[in-house]
Amino acid sequence: MKNIDSYTHTRGESIYLDDIPVVAGTLYAACFDSPVAHGKIISLDVHAAEKSPGVVRVLTHKDITGINQIGGIIPDEELFAEEHVHFCGMPVALVIAETDHQARAAVKKIKIEIELLHVITDPREAAEKGELIVPPRTFKTGDCETAWAACDHIFEGKADTNGQEHLYIETQGAYAVPGEHGVIKIYSSTQGPTAVQRAVSKVTGLPMHRLEVDVTRLGGGFGGKEDQANTWAALCALATHVLKRPVKYSLSRMEDIRMTGKRHPYSSDFKIGLNKDLKIIAYEVTFYQNAGAAADLSPAVMERTLFHATNTYFIPNATATAYSCRTNLPPNTAFRGFGGPQGMFVIESAIAKAADELGVNAAIIQQKNLLQTGDELLYGQNVVSEANECWDKAVALYDLEAAQKEIIVFNEANHVYKKGIALMPICFGISFTNTLMNQARALVHVYTDGSVVVSTGAIEMGQGVNTKILQVVAQIFSIDPARVKVNSTNTYRIANTSPSAASATADLNGKATFIACTEILNRLKEVAASELKVAASLIEIKDELVFTNGIKSGLDWVQLVEMTFAKRISLSEHGHYSTPDIHFDKAIGKGHPFAYHVYGTAITTVTVDCIRGIYEVDSVKIVHDFGSSMNPIIDLGQIEGGVVQGIGWMTIEEIVYDKEGKLRSNALSTYKVPDIYSAPKEIKVDFLQTQQDNLAIFRSKAVGEPPLMYGIGAFFALRNAIKNFNPNLKPAFDAPMTPEKVLMNLYPEKIAALKTIHHAKETIQAAEIKV
Amino acid sequence: MVHFILNNKDISTGLPKGMLLLDFIRYHQHLAGTKIGCREGDCGACTVLVGEVKQGELIYRSVTSCLMPLGNAHGKHIVTIEGVNIEGLNFIQQCFADEGATQCGFCTPGFIVSMAGCCLSKKEVNPQSAIDAVNGNICRCTGYKSIERAVATVAHKMNERNGKDAIDFAIENKILPSYFSTIQQRLAAFRLSTNGELKLQGNPAKFLGGGTDLYVQQHEAMVDEEIDFLFNKNNLKGIEQQGSKCIMGAAVTATDILESPIFQQYFPSLKKFIKLVSSTQIRNMATVAGNVINGSPIGDFTIFLLVLDARLILSDGAATRELPLRELFKGYKILNKAPDEFIDKIYFELPAHTDLFNFEKVCKRTHLDIASVNTAIKLSMEGDIISVGAISAGGIGPIPTYLKNTSAFLQGKKVSAELISGLIEIAQTEISPISDARGTEMYKRLLLGQLISAHFVTLFPAMDVQNLMTQ
Repeated sequence: MKNIDSYTHTRGESIYLDDIPVVAGTLYAACFDSPVAHGKIISLDVHAAEKSPGVVRVLTHKDITGINQIGGIIPDEELFAEEHVHFCGMPVALVIAETDHQARAAVKKIKIEIELLHVITDPREAAEKGELIVPPRTFKTGDCETAWAACDHIFEGKADTNGQEHLYIETQGAYAVPGEHGVIKIYSSTQGPTAVQRAVSKVTGLPMHRLEVDVTRLGGGFGGKEDQANTWAALCALATHVLKRPVKYSLSRMEDIRMTGKRHPYSSDFKIGLNKDLKIIAYEVTFYQNAGAAADLSPAVMERTLFHATNTYFIPNATATAYSCRTNLPPNTAFRGFGGPQGMFVIESAIAKAADELGVNAAIIQQKNLLQTGDELLYGQNVVSEANECWDKAVALYDLEAAQKEIIVFNEANHVYKKGIALMPICFGISFTNTLMNQARALVHVYTDGSVVVSTGAIEMGQGVNTKILQVVAQIFSIDPARVKVNSTNTYRIANTSPSAASATADLNGKATFIACTEILNRLKEVAASELKVAASLIEIKDELVFTNGIKSGLDWVQLVEMTFAKRISLSEHGHYSTPDIHFDKAIGKGHPFAYHVYGTAITTVTVDCIRGIYEVDSVKIVHDFGSSMNPIIDLGQIEGGVVQGIGWMTIEEIVYDKEGKLRSNALSTYKVPDIYSAPKEIKVDFLQTQQDNLAIFRSKAVGEPPLMYGIGAFFALRNAIKNFNPNLKPAFDAPMTPEKVLMNLYPEKIAALKTIHHAKETIQAAEIKV
Repeated sequence: MVHFILNNKDISTGLPKGMLLLDFIRYHQHLAGTKIGCREGDCGACTVLVGEVKQGELIYRSVTSCLMPLGNAHGKHIVTIEGVNIEGLNFIQQCFADEGATQCGFCTPGFIVSMAGCCLSKKEVNPQSAIDAVNGNICRCTGYKSIERAVATVAHKMNERNGKDAIDFAIENKILPSYFSTIQQRLAAFRLSTNGELKLQGNPAKFLGGGTDLYVQQHEAMVDEEIDFLFNKNNLKGIEQQGSKCIMGAAVTATDILESPIFQQYFPSLKKFIKLVSSTQIRNMATVAGNVINGSPIGDFTIFLLVLDARLILSDGAATRELPLRELFKGYKILNKAPDEFIDKIYFELPAHTDLFNFEKVCKRTHLDIASVNTAIKLSMEGDIISVGAISAGGIGPIPTYLKNTSAFLQGKKVSAELISGLIEIAQTEISPISDARGTEMYKRLLLGQLISAHFVTLFPAMDVQNLMTQ
């Protein structure tokens, strides 16, 4: 089934936040944010802004009617800076004016005096100074200390990954409209309507039942609107609460990039020990997570890094420790993979390092250590593994041996161009690691004309969740999908939702929908049974017709619905689902936190232009564990999109902060995401369809986050291509592998020679070259 | 007043001519299908088509409406996503829906409009040219593969056109709505009623070409500026050959250059070079004079023209003077030009058949990106001896630079690995790159050297590359 939004999407008729028709009297907001990364506010002068044409009001922390606090996990984040600013882009004041243009013009008239304080951008510096968001955490299995003695080979190293800007094409925004009895309706581009409701409740002091949050869809989220949509909603709602007028704020791209957090950069140390058979015996890793200036979701992201520290490998002795480090960057946040990719990059680096030193192909070490069913991960969960199935099928289906030979032949024949290849197996746990979040509700109404409307807590952001929800309804009732409408996500219809995140949205909300529909279906069957005078167990609805014992009864869907209503039996149901079997003891770091795991293997081939340092991804060939895909078009789209986003993170997407904590890659002209030419020439996806039961909706495994991690293969393929140019080179494990890093890695001697002649200023200078 | 046709509707508006077409479409006409993604021409979500009659033919081009002022829409047909809708999905939309080529949907209208432009072009459409048509559209969801499949299906459909009129074919095949057949006549009537060019009041203070840089830098301020719109002036158009000279009007666009038979003849690798320059939408708007006068240290065409020793004809409306391009740049965005002077024409000597020319550009993302370093070279050969040579480079200092000493070093030399290493060494003394978001100083130094090597590897394929790579 095609994405149910494809009709309005392709016609430009889908409605996003900035497309909602504005009601008369709407005011426009614009934020004045800190120009420096760390300092003490000496004075703030909003007088000129207040006098600026069209300005209705300038709000600061003094105008907050509730509390000046939007921290989700930890209350450590002010909405408006009060005494100190902690990052460039931190909101200080909000201008509200009659037009968007006037609001932005007035922002420029605000003056602030700040006493500069020391700026930290490096997580290791923060850790050294004890600037931690939460105490460090360790996951541990076996005993590394004694295991090192049993290792034939031990290698140590460092691995770094940079952040990643979400770059949802629709920027963040909110629109608050006052209603009667102090109610505020908030349209928000958020993945977490309940999080918005809570944040607004705190800031305004209004109880949650006065706050209706409504979301039709997002123009992309990727985690960036899980927690960070709260700020804009809180600002607009506060203004509405104070002024009793509708207030809208749709961020400009530069405001968005400057003021919001990104994927967490990590700097990590690893130590890996193998025996002579290349089995990994012990692995020790320390992660320094760059959390930014406040907690946001960092503790949860850090936890998932620990969960995925050993990726898809069985390692009997492993110790993983993580520090969530407070720096003066915008609070970093959720991003597809949620810390998992950062954890996986380090173990893959450790394996690559071992392979380099031992002179073997990394794929041999990877393959020998893949998880088997029954193996226990470092957090105590025993896995039902598809790791070997995916790997073996990929190697056979895509003829790895032939591909490797072709590359050798190509590299011998070419001096300018060198190819490299790498395998990337993945294992990703599905569920919120915070067990209590694994619950969802769905509200299903069947109307007397036989049409159905369903509301859930799921947010449609392009991942196709609404299509899957609609499929559940149509399939359970066995009715034409055209009879089903998926409603917007609204906190008045569905309360206390978990955000659409952790790849679990279709599972949780789909199952809740399944429960609600099944309950209604059972009532309908009872009615049919009593009408047809047979046992309910013999009744079946197929293609909108009622069958008794497999024979057409003459009753159809609409008649049965009318009949049920006439008997005063409810045609509505509110279904509730909570994931069974999962538990996790945070104190000891052990349990069974995931409903299931998703597996897969990708083979990535790249070509590097060794004169210019530029490169192309020739192909990514994947075998992916879908369970049993309920929507192959949507699932294929998630894989292809995830792969390219992952490749972007590993290659050209480079976030640049200067030492003062100012973002230099602050626009689409300086932060480059993949375009159509930089997507791999070929992406092949083989659907590994398995028969085992699992906790996914219709056994169709979650597919949102896992494919992003295939992109990690591009880094190692590029690294291998560089080594194929010159086997003596040992490129650092420092992602992304930009064309700059490729070139610098290819020619260390030329760089050394240049450095002796020209004393380069290594740091970013303030006087940036403008276009 | 600005007059134009928006989809199927005649528009006359007294709103500021400097207002962006995007804002007019979304907030004054309430056509919300055109999206805002970046307001700097880098995402394509706001793509619209601009149709105008040229030499009796109605030509459509895709542009980013976030960089196009109302003044540049005067007398034209502007097509938004709403303007390509028919009852049910049109053929392009159906292909996108069938392939799952729309996920969050926010970028989708831009892709559809770009493809509509591709289908209106007189040129042959194949899967590669269809991809080229959407090369200025960024999608963050799909990874592009489903989009490639969708546009390939559109391209196959276009194979059935067989020389038929583009608009007739598009209407018959439900690619576009039928009102398109009325546009050419309506635009002609418009021209008569408005007497062509936009009338200006008072003395405009700012010259504006395609707007692709000015509107990136100061789109809020430009709204209320008095602007002299150069883009539509007929006397600033056209590329012609006079003897061995090529003469270009200031408002010639990158697309005009790409499609110019003169350029194609004298620069056989033109297509390869231009593919490295911005995107289809931006190339349809950006003017050659704008690229020069903007003074960006990394302007691609400026680098191109520096080695050709191009001359500028500057005009203040009354008097004209000639200035070598190499003498225009005095410092970072400081020009040897009076405020009331604008470029009227640019001319240069076309390469002789014994001349060799190459252009290199490396950026973080190979396409639709701004150079870390770009460079051009022109070599006049006498047998295997370089009689005269010129090298230019951008991104390596405050101005786009003609590398004087490096160029001089070429004279009378034979091509060899020693020559190249000598050139690189001299080039290093002529540049002063700084570290910024496009690369560190050391990288830019290394990269310029590499690109100088690349010039020779490209121009002299028989050279011993292995030796060069390892020296």
